[in-house]
This record gives sequence, C-alpha cells and structure tokens, in this order.
Amino acid sequence: MADFFSKAEVTSSGRPVLLRSEVECHLLSSVDIESEDNHHFYPLKSGLLILTTHRLLWLPSSSSSSTSSAAAIPLHAISHIFSTKKSLKSMFHSPRIRFQVLVSPDGRLFDPASGSGSSSGSGSKSIVLTAVVRGKGDCDGFLGKLWESWRARAWECNETSGSGSGSGSGTGTSTATSGGLYSSDGSVRMVGVAGILRKEQEMWESTDKSLQDAFQDLNALMSKAKEMVMLAEKMRQKLLSGSSSQTSGANDEDMGSKEEMQDWLLSVGIISPVTKESAGALYHQQLSRQLADFVRTPLQRAGGMINLIDAYCLFNRARGTELISPDDMLQACSLWEKFDVPVMLRKFDSGVMVIQNKSHSDEEVFARIKGLVTKPEALRSGISPSDAAITLGIAPAMAKEHLLTAESKGLLCRDISPDGFRFYINLFPEIDPRDVYLVKDYGICNTWIKAVSTSGLK
Amino acid sequence: MQKLGEFKLPHFFNYPPYFTLQPVREAREKQVQLWKELILDYCRTQKIFVIGLEEEFPLFSNSVIERTLSHEAREAFLSALVSEGHAEWLDKGHRKCLILWHRIQDWAEIILNFVKDNGFEHSVMTVEEIRSGIESRGTELHGIDRMILMRALKLLQQKGKLAIFKGTSADDEGVKFSV
Repeated sequence: MADFFSKAEVTSSGRPVLLRSEVECHLLSSVDIESEDNHHFYPLKSGLLILTTHRLLWLPSSSSSSTSSAAAIPLHAISHIFSTKKSLKSMFHSPRIRFQVLVSPDGRLFDPASGSGSSSGSGSKSIVLTAVVRGKGDCDGFLGKLWESWRARAWECNETSGSGSGSGSGTGTSTATSGGLYSSDGSVRMVGVAGILRKEQEMWESTDKSLQDAFQDLNALMSKAKEMVMLAEKMRQKLLSGSSSQTSGANDEDMGSKEEMQDWLLSVGIISPVTKESAGALYHQQLSRQLADFVRTPLQRAGGMINLIDAYCLFNRARGTELISPDDMLQACSLWEKFDVPVMLRKFDSGVMVIQNKSHSDEEVFARIKGLVTKPEALRSGISPSDAAITLGIAPAMAKEHLLTAESKGLLCRDISPDGFRFYINLFPEIDPRDVYLVKDYGICNTWIKAVSTSGLK
Repeated sequence: MQKLGEFKLPHFFNYPPYFTLQPVREAREKQVQLWKELILDYCRTQKIFVIGLEEEFPLFSNSVIERTLSHEAREAFLSALVSEGHAEWLDKGHRKCLILWHRIQDWAEIILNFVKDNGFEHSVMTVEEIRSGIESRGTELHGIDRMILMRALKLLQQKGKLAIFKGTSADDEGVKFSV
C-alpha cells in the first residue's frame, strides 16, 4: 500500500527534486492525506504538502512518525477538484481539500510518467482523496492555486515543447496568455524575486537576439552599398573613356543618354568628369544661370563688385537646403564666359576673386580714385582703403583691390608706415632725375607742393 | 626748401612714398634712380665716404613726415650704387658701404689733373700731402678717404704714372710721379 503514490525524489536535505520546468507554487504544512474509503493506502500524516505546476508533493516532516517516504500525485491524475463546502461543521474542522484522482487497474495512483495504466479512459476507477490541513497555512489560497495549476496543464506543454525545442525563444509567435503562468513555448514565469530575475534575463536575451538580426540586415545593406558604389565608379569610368574617344560626329542620342547619366551621377553625389570640354553638365549650366540672376541684387548693393566668398555665402543662405559646394560655385562662375550674362568672375593679382558687372569699367573707377587722391587732404596725407571704400561705395577689401590695381597701373604709390597702408598720387613720372630741384609750373608736383606747403610743411 | 645741414633737399624728400620701397617696376626704377643721385650728391658735398647701414644716416630719415627708410630699402639703393661702380661693400654682411661718388678711375683722373695743374709731374709727395696739403685745398682731393686715395694711386701705379714707396711708417708713404 505504501507504493500507492508515485515516488517523489527528495534531495539529501529533504527538498523535492523538481521535474524539468516544474515550478513550485504553494505549500501547506501539517497536512494529512487520506482517502475517503481508506483502504488504498495508509493515511499520510502531518507532512508538507507542496503544490507545483506538475504535481502535488507530500513530504514527510521530521516529526512524522510514520516511515512513509515522499509521495507525489501528478496533477495529470487529478480528474476533479471539489470546491470547499462551507458548512457549520467545517467551521470547527480543519480545512480540507478534496479531489478525485484516477486509479490504474493495478490499484495504484495513475501515473502517466511511469506508464502504468492507460490515459484516462472511461473505464478507469477514481477515488477521492482529502488533504486535511491541520497547520496554519492559507488553505483557500492553496486551493485556488491548485485549480490554476491543474487547469494550466503544464505537463502537456512540457511534452510538446521537447520536440519543438529548435524554434527557440524570440520567434515572436508566443501568444502568452496574460493571465496564465506559462507562455506558449513552455517557458515558465517564476514567482517572486527569482521570477523577476528570470523575466529580466529573458528580456535581455530577446533584445540581444533582435539586435543581432537587425545588424544582420545592416551588414547586408552595407555590402549592397559597396556594390552600388562600385557600379557608379564603373559608369563614371565609362563616361570618361567615352568622352575622350568621342568623335565629332557623335549622334544626339548618345549625347543625350550620356548627359542623363552625368545628371544621375551628380544627383548621387559624384562629380561629373566631363567638365570644360562640353558646356558642362546640365546641372552646372542651370546653376550658373541661377547664380547670375541671384547675384545681381547683391552686386548692386555692393557697388558693382562683390567678393566671391561673400557671394557664395549669400547664395547658399538664399538656397536654404540644397547647398552647393565651393567647387560648384567656381564651376558655375567659370561657365559665365560661355553664356551671355551681365556678370563676370575676375581674379586680382593678389589672388582675391570677385564677381563684377561686365559693364564695370576699371577706367571709371580709376577716374574716381584719381579725383579722390588729388584732393588737398589726400595730397597731404594720402588715402587708406577705407577712405576709398567710402568714396566708391564698396567694401574696404574691394577698395583695396582697386587701389592696388591703380598702383600697378602707375596711378598711385604706396606708403607703408606705422600709420598703416596708404596711397598717394604718383609723382615719380614728373620728377626729372637730371634736375631734381626743378618743379614745373603746371603738373601734379606743383599742386602737391602747394597743398603740402599750406599745411606748414616746408 | 628743406635743408639737411647745408645741403639743399629736393621737394620730393617730403613725399612719403619716397620712403617706401615701391613694388611697381616703373615707380621703383625712378625711385632708385632718385635715391642714388641723392646719396651721391649728399656724400660728395658732405665728404662722406662710408655709410653704415645700421647706423643713423641723416639722409635716410625724414622727421618732418616721420618716415625712415627700411633696412631693405637702404640695401636696395646702395646695392644699386655698387652695381654701377659708385659704391663698394666693405664687408660680406653688407653692413658698411664705401661711397665712390667718383669711381676709382675717376679719382685717378682727378689726381692726374691735380698733378698737371700744380706742376708735380716729376715730384715726390707724401700721400698725406695729397689729401691735406695746401695745394689740395679747394679741390675734391682735399679730405679724400685714404683708402680711396691709395686705390687710385695704385691704379695709376699700374699705369706707370707713379710709384708708391713706403716710408718709416704708414704716414710716410710717398709717391713719385712720372706723368
């Protein structure tokens, strides 16, 4: 009779050995287990009743007088759980948990693991067991948990998950019922701190997995991008070789497609290799015209001449989003000489590049400078670039360029001193080295001497 | 008219660009020419034979307009004098310059004229007498730089017009003319 129940493995310290994915849910102490008709087994007295997801375990306590060993009731064997009847009698009794279990033909508890007996068929017998809770445990809670565990049927998921172990955790098909203890892939959420830790762990693992997958995609993308760049390079090479071997009788179709290809390459960000031979790519042509239109107003405000860098900043600011590179700017400006636009790019000796109106005439500027520099005040102390800037109505940097150009033309002479960089009217041509003391009655030297002497300089 | 001591300065001495080395070719050439003439003139009248570049030279500054020639400018003008034979660098570092408002051969010519004018064709004189003797007063030879005089005499010696002989000391160097 002692072997009515299934054997429950116990560790050396008296803890039950749990099955795979079996989780403890509840326990009650000082529990007797009896059968209703009392002849299948000796009652188990005063033991520890442990509810797990798979079984009911009864462990003998150390004070237990009987020599009974740990017993296990697979939840699978339970065919029915009785709800507690609240009656006057039950007030005075110890709480009881009654449930019906299947009995195999050989008189033992039905144990699917041991393979004894068939699965619950209509012909199986069942007996009623009672767990008398003499301890102070929460009997109602235990009963509720017993219901849950029994209904969740973890042992079934356990069997099926053994075959499906290859599908892994992060498949995303888990339709975990929110209320239940288990998720559909057989993994179980623990209760308590261990459960929280387990949940964290699982979250990290799934995040890690999804990151790995994402990076797989990224690697794939990058290898594709590499191929794209190689392809673009090949096309560029083709364009280069195509243009150089081009004969004069190239038909329009070829030119058209080549231009298209250039445009496409440009839009992807690759600089067109065909630049000065043809009129340049369509992009640059359009840009060039646009720039010529745009630059009119700033030119006017700046007095007819504007620094290329300033124009670049203004243009890009006006564009807002599709900014152009300095190279594009230079290209666009150098294309102007091919079109009929009223502006031109000009490079000074000093390297400074400016945009100026074609109608701008150097002579006119020089005439104005000469007018400025022959005034008595200027004769005495010369002019600085800022003085010229005010008179000409242009930026000081531009004014300096004009003054330097005037100097190179022989109109002015420079004077460098601690006072700064100034310019005077050029007197040297009028001075005769053979007679340095001679001053002609007319001429600029005379004017200069007069102007200088009036200030007290002798 | 501005003066530097007794020397009459030209009007363009007060022209500030005159004191800045001009970059433009035509202006530079004219500027250099004017400075060359001015330096030679000044040195001749003031009997200045050596110019030290790093020293104060009255001609190189104009306090009225507050301008001074830069070292680069000074070297440029003096080098121009050197290349036409009117000056010589006395050191490799171009710090001192010997001014020859007369070239050596011109000095030689002047000495010969001096000899002829005074009838010294076969005379004997000391070098010192040539430079500071009574006869030399009022002539350009008076106060001539000794170095220059020796070189001119040596040139004449090479031409056989005279013979230089040493005395008991450097001051006693003499010349025997045979013009």
